[in-house]
Amino acid sequence: MWGNSCQGLGVEALQSGSGNAFKWAGRDLIISRPECAPPFGIGEAFPECTIQPYLETDMSVNRREFIKIGALGLGSMSLAPKVFEWGPSAAKTFPVQPGDVVTRAPTYCEICFWKCAGWAYTKNGRPWKIIGHDEDLHSHGRLCTRGSSGLGLYNDPDRLQRPLIRVEKDGRQTFKEVSWDEALGFIAERLQALKETHGPESLAMFSHGNGAVHWKTLVKAFGANCIAAPSFAQCRGPRAAGFYLTYGETVGSPERTDIENSRCLVLIGSHIGENLHNGQVQEMSKALDRGTEVIVVDPRFSVAASKARHWLPIKPATDVALLLAWINVILEEDLYDRDYVARYTVGLDKLKEAVRENTPEWAYPITSIQPEVIRETARLMALHAPATLVHPGRHVTWYGDDTQRSRAIAILNALLGSWGRKGGFYLPQSAHVPAYPHPPFPKPAWSPCDFTRALYPWALSPVASHVRDMTLDPPDPEKQIKAWLVYGSNLIYSLPQPEKTIAAVQKLDLMIAVDILPSEITGWADVVLPECTYLERYDDIRTSPGRVPQIAVRTPAFEPAYDTKPSAWMVKKLAGMMGLDDYFPWADMEEYLDHRLQQVGSSLEEMHELGVKTLPSLGPNYFQPGEEVTFNTPSGKIELYSQQMADAGFDPIPRYTPHAEPPDGFYRLLQGRSPFHTFSRTTNSPIFTELMPENELWINPQVAADWGLKAGQYVKMQNQDGKTSQFPIRTRITERIRPDCVYMVHGFGHSDPRLKRGFGRGADDNEMCTTVKIDPLMGGTGRRSNFVTFITEGV
Amino acid sequence: MEEFITTHRMNPDIDPVLTIWRWQVSVYLFLGGLTAGLLILGALSVLQRRKAAPTAAQRLLVWTPVVLGVGLFSLFLDLEHKIHVYRFYTTFRVTSPMSWGSWILLLVMPVSVLLIAGTMRETWPGLYAWAERKGLRGLATFSEKRLMGLARLSVALGVALGIYTGILLSAYGARPFWNTAILGPIFLVSGLSSGAALVQWMSRDEREHRLYTRIDVGLIAFELFLIGLMLIGMASGPERQQAAAHLVFGGELTTYFWVFVVMIGLLLPVLLEVFHLKGRPQPRFIAPAFVLLGGLIFRFFIVEAGQLTTWIGY
Amino acid sequence: MAAKKRYAMVIDTKLCIGCGDCVVACKMENEVPEGFCRDWIVESVTGVFPNLHMEYRSERCNHCSNPPCVHACPTGASFVDDESNITLVDPDMCTGCKACIAACPYDARYVRPEGYVSKCTFCIHRVREGLDPACVASCPTHCMHFGDLNDPESNVSKLLESRPFKVLAPEAGTEPNVYYLI
Repeated sequence: MWGNSCQGLGVEALQSGSGNAFKWAGRDLIISRPECAPPFGIGEAFPECTIQPYLETDMSVNRREFIKIGALGLGSMSLAPKVFEWGPSAAKTFPVQPGDVVTRAPTYCEICFWKCAGWAYTKNGRPWKIIGHDEDLHSHGRLCTRGSSGLGLYNDPDRLQRPLIRVEKDGRQTFKEVSWDEALGFIAERLQALKETHGPESLAMFSHGNGAVHWKTLVKAFGANCIAAPSFAQCRGPRAAGFYLTYGETVGSPERTDIENSRCLVLIGSHIGENLHNGQVQEMSKALDRGTEVIVVDPRFSVAASKARHWLPIKPATDVALLLAWINVILEEDLYDRDYVARYTVGLDKLKEAVRENTPEWAYPITSIQPEVIRETARLMALHAPATLVHPGRHVTWYGDDTQRSRAIAILNALLGSWGRKGGFYLPQSAHVPAYPHPPFPKPAWSPCDFTRALYPWALSPVASHVRDMTLDPPDPEKQIKAWLVYGSNLIYSLPQPEKTIAAVQKLDLMIAVDILPSEITGWADVVLPECTYLERYDDIRTSPGRVPQIAVRTPAFEPAYDTKPSAWMVKKLAGMMGLDDYFPWADMEEYLDHRLQQVGSSLEEMHELGVKTLPSLGPNYFQPGEEVTFNTPSGKIELYSQQMADAGFDPIPRYTPHAEPPDGFYRLLQGRSPFHTFSRTTNSPIFTELMPENELWINPQVAADWGLKAGQYVKMQNQDGKTSQFPIRTRITERIRPDCVYMVHGFGHSDPRLKRGFGRGADDNEMCTTVKIDPLMGGTGRRSNFVTFITEGV
Repeated sequence: MEEFITTHRMNPDIDPVLTIWRWQVSVYLFLGGLTAGLLILGALSVLQRRKAAPTAAQRLLVWTPVVLGVGLFSLFLDLEHKIHVYRFYTTFRVTSPMSWGSWILLLVMPVSVLLIAGTMRETWPGLYAWAERKGLRGLATFSEKRLMGLARLSVALGVALGIYTGILLSAYGARPFWNTAILGPIFLVSGLSSGAALVQWMSRDEREHRLYTRIDVGLIAFELFLIGLMLIGMASGPERQQAAAHLVFGGELTTYFWVFVVMIGLLLPVLLEVFHLKGRPQPRFIAPAFVLLGGLIFRFFIVEAGQLTTWIGY
Repeated sequence: MAAKKRYAMVIDTKLCIGCGDCVVACKMENEVPEGFCRDWIVESVTGVFPNLHMEYRSERCNHCSNPPCVHACPTGASFVDDESNITLVDPDMCTGCKACIAACPYDARYVRPEGYVSKCTFCIHRVREGLDPACVASCPTHCMHFGDLNDPESNVSKLLESRPFKVLAPEAGTEPNVYYLI
């Protein structure tokens, strides 16, 4: 274990000698370790190893000098070789020296939602680096760009440092730094008042991230249950609904996509590699290395497209037409998995009937993809089926008919027989770790979510944008949302139409923000609670689904900086003030985690050493040949035709509906991700403001020529509704995009000057999306029906 | 084709274009060349007359260690790790022109001092008297006895120094605009021309004045010829060299080169000198001042141009 | 003394997605000061829409077998480690004259704020312990490989035998040891 714990430091156990001897950079070292007795305190008594130069007198181990400068080429004529020895010189060249004390603590990443497990290292008590955990199924020992840079968040000098309360001073509103007691006391008092005036149901929570767990418990204990995350209706909700309607299950996160084993991978607008969903990126790379056929549908020559044998530069907003044409070819040419379809699906005949007209020739003028290309790619998919994965994507709120598009993807996969099959969608397994027991939550008298479900029948999760809209414009005057608790979610950037979000905040009695950075939303809060980063705290156990069940823990690697606190501490203290102690019967996170871990035969002590633990498999990852499967749909089958959708007045089989076209001189605005950034969260990171300081507007050279735009020139965007971007954006003139659209990475153009590095860098795509197409099935907010033109004057 | 660094590597003085060497190096190269020119011309004057004589060329020898010292100080200013300057003299790296240069400089300094000591009785009687008072007559006698040897050595060292200032840059294969062996001779000729201009300026003897003016006209003409050769070689070279040549044929430094380096720095002074030789009246300092200015501009130009050219276009 | 090594990096451009993890991993591992990078990503796009080709390359010091930086160094601060063929800089000998920077066709070197020149070390402190350099160890696409070209059985030797490859600016004559599979 100790040898292992030091591997990442460049230390390796020697087989010979005392077993405590290590070789380090060619010098022999001994590792001495103080006894580590539980309980582990924060930042101290972690497993640690002290590296010391090996005793000079011990000759039992071979010794050699570090680096000898040899004679080099003609240099041999100059001087005798020099020996590069450890000393001040080497200390300036290499990061670790004999004698350095290196510790590591297990964690899982919070820079994005993939939650890769890793180790946070310190050197001589100072934060050093974070690297992946070899056993982790999310990262396989390799964190992504953002995960590797986790210290950028920790080191951000703009971090919130102390609790803040909004006060009036000289007629102007400002934040006052207050003590934790004062801040939490303020919240407790105001929530009590809210309970009395509007009822506890009037509290709504917005969240993103694992630290929210205890806040959610508090909200429920308080008597509310509206807990929304933009990750549903602003991101992957349509996919969830589309697959749920078809298979009775969602694809989950991390996705159950068996990319590693796929022989044909189809990506529709999914830019894996630019979105750095670690496990998927690694699996796609393995697949590419094996020669997997990759088909990419994207108006942009994405990174994935550059790796694909078939890139279909589709006209934006016409994906459904292409999908229907593919389905048409597969059905017309009898290429579908007959046994699978017969055994597991319903509605084949109705599907055949519905897509009869949707030939590749029909799709050609719509999509601009040539019929023979559509046929060829459809045949390829069938050739490799069932190891053909038509990827469901992740951020899929595009045009307002996104659930139907996801349905089409789900149906195509069903025809190929890929759901539950190797190389398609595997059957995921999650560790079941029983919750820490607490009293039952009070039942709310009403919930804002009731209105959402009435409006959007397949809103499988609360719709954050709808919660916002209901705050602004209550559907029932007796049932108003009067308080928000916003945890780690910068709603100004994540919800469309930010001016509506700001207007909604104005109607609140209380607005609480819990955040690490002074993100824009915190500027609208009455009270701001500064949370410490994931590297400075315990969090709940990670039990995400995978091919086998696995648990991972997050433990503090460093003391919280400034006067920041973990959410668990805040919530426990606040619950005490609110008389809700019973819901938090644990003393601290150590006890909470240890109790839960004991339920699955582990312990916090063990997990401090392991970081990640794989539990026994619960069964096969694929359907067995001939296996009878009952799906969680009304028919118990995979629903190619959805009766429940027909009953609710929706198209039971996806249909292509044309979307608005850009007016003359306007271009459809597309958004995406960069491997350097997670939303708007990382655009202030000291590391990433260096590597990617701003976003760029991708413009086809033809368009640039029409407008006389030069590469690297700053322009402002103006959209079809006359909205002009607050900040200018740099142009990138590139062949990598169609001439009818422009593209930019989301998350830039911070407007809060407290974010010193991110302020005014690049432009914000969200503010340009004044037109939002709502998905009637689940309330998703499609943002890709916005068109922009360029303003070059006065930029 | 679109090729660029996506991670915005902005290493100071490397990105977006190399700017590691600025005015300090240009000034050093100019003063080094001027030192070489003065040393060679002074030593040649000694050799020609077979004795020390109060010619301007010989009188100016007294400035060589000073000029070189200022140049070296300028170079010292460029070092990023100044306390390690002694490291130049704890080794000799045969592959490194800079190492050769530091040792050449180390030799030029004492040899030039000895040459001054050997000539000062004629050229700077005041200095000689001062040295005598300081008990340095032995040094003067020592040098006077070996004056011809010292002069020959000085010419050799002067040539080495002059060429070295060019080779220093031309040895960098990584910078196509520098990477031409002709740069050494060009810098030598340019240094000589600067030296001749200074002699011409300082000369109180009309014959000597006209002689050095004529010499300078020849040197500048030769320098123009060499620069022409350099550009022809570059423009007809492989791709990277052609790209380097483009810098002055339509590229970023076209105006800089043709207007400042060629017209103001070379053609204008040579024309002034020719007019002067033909008897057109003009202030005595004008032509030499332009020659010296031209030499300085040329060093600035070369230092910048080399750093703008690379093997890799990003 | 151990057998003489010739360490090399082999990077598969068919797999590299230009995510820059190598850059960040290097910065963290080696505590590269803010504002400096020892490695970087190049995106190269050729062709006209829609017939395009794109290549990403993770670039760094090529630890050349004929290193112009070492040849240019007047003090011997830049040297090739005799045992591993890795090019290193001894900060205590470096004057900051920047001759090596001028000599490097890859612009791989920079002057640290302290005044001495620094660059990629192939993470030799890790390599000595049998670990991959930080960039290689972090790469999520597994497109980077590290090993000894003097060992015909090494991963890198085998890759160069079985796949077409290129090096950067071979015309510069530096004999670089970072190879790109194409």
